Amino acid sequence: MIGADAMIKCLEAEGVKAVFGYPGVAICPFFNSIIDSKIESILVRTEQNAAHAASGLARASHTVGVCTVTSGPGATNLITGIATAFADSIPLVCISGQVNSEQLGSDVFQEADITGAVESFVKYSYLVKNAEDIPRIFKEAFYIANTGRKGPVLIDVPIDIQNTVIKNFEYPEEVNLRTYKPTVKGHSVQIKKVIKQLENARKPVLYVGGGILLSDAQKELLKFAEAHKIPVVSTMMGIGAMPTKHPLYFGMVGNNGKPYANRAVREADVLIMIGARVADRAVNQPELITNDKVLVHIDVDPAEIGKNAGPHIPIVGDAAHILEALNTQEFQCGDTSEWLDTLNGYKTAMEPKRKEHPGFVDPAAFITELSEKLPEDAIYVADVGQNQIWSCGYHIVKNGKFFTSGGMGTMGYSIPAAMGAKYISPEKQVVAVCGDGSFQMSMMELATMKQHGIRSKIIVLKNNYLGMVRQYQHFTYKDNYSVVDLSGSPDLEMIAKAYDMPFKRVHDASQVSEAIDEFLASDSAYLMECLIDPMDLV
Amino acid sequence: MKKIYSVSVENRSGVLCKVAGLFSRRCFNIDSLAVGETDDPTISCMTIVSSGSQATLEQIEKQLNKKLDIIKVRTFEEVQSISRELMLMKVKYNKTNRREIMEICDAMKADIVDMSKSYMIIQICDRPERINSMIEMFQSISVVEVARTGTLALTKCSETEQ
Repeated sequence: MIGADAMIKCLEAEGVKAVFGYPGVAICPFFNSIIDSKIESILVRTEQNAAHAASGLARASHTVGVCTVTSGPGATNLITGIATAFADSIPLVCISGQVNSEQLGSDVFQEADITGAVESFVKYSYLVKNAEDIPRIFKEAFYIANTGRKGPVLIDVPIDIQNTVIKNFEYPEEVNLRTYKPTVKGHSVQIKKVIKQLENARKPVLYVGGGILLSDAQKELLKFAEAHKIPVVSTMMGIGAMPTKHPLYFGMVGNNGKPYANRAVREADVLIMIGARVADRAVNQPELITNDKVLVHIDVDPAEIGKNAGPHIPIVGDAAHILEALNTQEFQCGDTSEWLDTLNGYKTAMEPKRKEHPGFVDPAAFITELSEKLPEDAIYVADVGQNQIWSCGYHIVKNGKFFTSGGMGTMGYSIPAAMGAKYISPEKQVVAVCGDGSFQMSMMELATMKQHGIRSKIIVLKNNYLGMVRQYQHFTYKDNYSVVDLSGSPDLEMIAKAYDMPFKRVHDASQVSEAIDEFLASDSAYLMECLIDPMDLV
Repeated sequence: MKKIYSVSVENRSGVLCKVAGLFSRRCFNIDSLAVGETDDPTISCMTIVSSGSQATLEQIEKQLNKKLDIIKVRTFEEVQSISRELMLMKVKYNKTNRREIMEICDAMKADIVDMSKSYMIIQICDRPERINSMIEMFQSISVVEVARTGTLALTKCSETEQ
C-alpha cells in the first residue's frame, strides 16, 4: 500500500461518497488509487467549484464535503472556495497535491505554498511530511472540520508522500489533540440566568443564525419558540431555521432584511442570539442591540461572543445542546401575547411594497410562486447579488433547506453548490437561482452535471446587468454606470442546447405559472431564464 | 492598556508564522515577542506583549485560543508578573567618557562583556522600563548598535500561591 491508497482508505473510513476535484500531476497517485474505490470522483470544470460543490454536499447531508486538487494553480484556484466555506463555517476537507518534498521551497513547476496562503481561511492545515502520518492526519482533519465551529481543513500532500510505501494501515478510532477541545454543552449557571431573564421578559426575541442549521437544532428551536411563544428572526445564514410561514417567524434582519424584523430586534427587551455572529450586514450598529435590552449570546465559538457586541449573558456551546437544555427546564416565560400582536401589526404595515414592472417577470412574485410549488423538502440555493436578496426576501422555506454564500458573498456559488446537494440527495428537488452575472461565473459546470448525470435545476434571473452593483451605482453615483453592463452574454437557449439540457425562457408574468410547473415536473436538469426589468431594485 | 500573553504552543515549524499572522490579519499590536523552548521539548513558550482597548485585548486572547497549535494561553498585567528583557549595546568610547560609562553600568547593574581599543559591548538584563532608561542615558554617548530581546515574563509567585 502506498500513501495515496491510504488517503483513499481514510476517506472510505469516513464514509465519503464522492470527491469533487480536478487532477494534475502532483495529485495523480491519489486519482489513480481512487479508481478501485467505491468513492466517486467528480470532475468539476474549475477548482473553485470543487469546493463549492463539496460545500453544497456538506450542507445537504450534514457530513464533511471533500475536494481534491493538484498543486500550484489547482490549489490557488481553490482558495476562494475555501474562504467561502470558512466564512459560513461549512465543514470541508480539502486535499491538495504538492510537489516532491525534497523540492519544497525551491519554486519548481506548479509549486505554491498553499498551507501558507490559506492560513487565514482555514480552521487548520497540514503539510504531510511522513506517509505514516496519513491516517492520523485524515482522522484529525475530519474531526476538526466537523466539530466545534465547523470549517474547512486543508491537507497538502507532496507527490513522493503519496507514492511512499506504507507498512501498516490502521485508521485511528479516536482523536487525541491536546490543543483542541471545543465546548459543546452550555454552562448551567448561564442557562439559569437566561431563564431568569425570560421569566420577566415582555418582549423577547430569538435571533438565530447559521449555527442553528449547522448543529441541526431546528426542531429544538421550534419547540422552544412554540413552548414560550417567543418570536423568531433570522440572519441570512439562518434562513430555514424556522419555516417561513410559521406564525412566530418574523423574517430576516439586516439592511437587506424585513423592516419589521429589524424593528423587533430594536424593541426587544431580551434578545437571544443563537449561532449568529453580529455581522455588519445584519446588525450595522451593535450598540442598538445592547443599550436598552438584555443581550444573550449563544455560540459555539467563544471568540464570536463579545467580538462585535458585548452580551450581558454569554453562553459558549452548541446550539442544539443549549436549546435542548432550555427545553428541559420548567419555567414560565413572560406573557408575550401583546408583543406578538404588536409585531404582527408591524408585519402587516411594514411589508415592503414592490413597484410593478409590466412586460417583465417580477422576481419577487416569481420566487414566491416557485417556492410555493416546490416540494416540502426542496433545497433552494441562492447565488449572490440582487437575486440573493430577492431569494432571501421571498423564498418560502417549508421543511427544506436554503443555501447561499452569506459571509463571503461569492458569486457563482449556486450552480456548483446545488450540484453537490443534488448529488448527495438525488431524491430531492434542488434548484439554483442566480443572476446572469453569477451564472456566467459557473456555467462551465453544466458539463459536470451532464457528465455525471446530476439533475439539479437552474433559474437565471436575467437583467443584462450586474444588478447589485448597478443598483449601488444608481444610488451612490447617480446612474453613472461603470463596468456593470453584461451585453456580451451568450444566448442561454444555445448554451442549454449545447449541453443537451431542456430550456425555457419566461418573458413576463403571464408565462410564469406554466413555466414553473414544467420546470418542476421535468425529470432532467433544466435551465430556465426569466427576463426581469434591468432597472429593478431590491 | 498593556497585556502580557504567555502562550504555550506546539514546538513545530510554522507555528510562529501562524501566531504572527493572526496578529497582523486582525490588526492587533505586537509590542514585543519572545519565543523559546520550554522544559518540555514539544512545547515552546511565546511571550507576547500587546496593547489596545480592553475589548481588543480580550479578543486577542480568544483568537489565540482558537488556533489549533496553541495549547494554553495565560494573560496577565505587568504588575502581576516578573518581566525581564536582555539588551546588548555596542558603544564607541574614548578617554573622556569611559569613566562615565562605567559609572552608569555600575548604577544600572549592567556588565561590560566585551571590549576593544575604542568599542565595548554592554549587557543589561532588567525590566523593560529600566532597559528604556538605559538607552536614554546613553543617548549622549555614541551607540553603534543595539540588540534587544522581547519581554520574558512569568506571573509572580504570590499569584501562583493563590
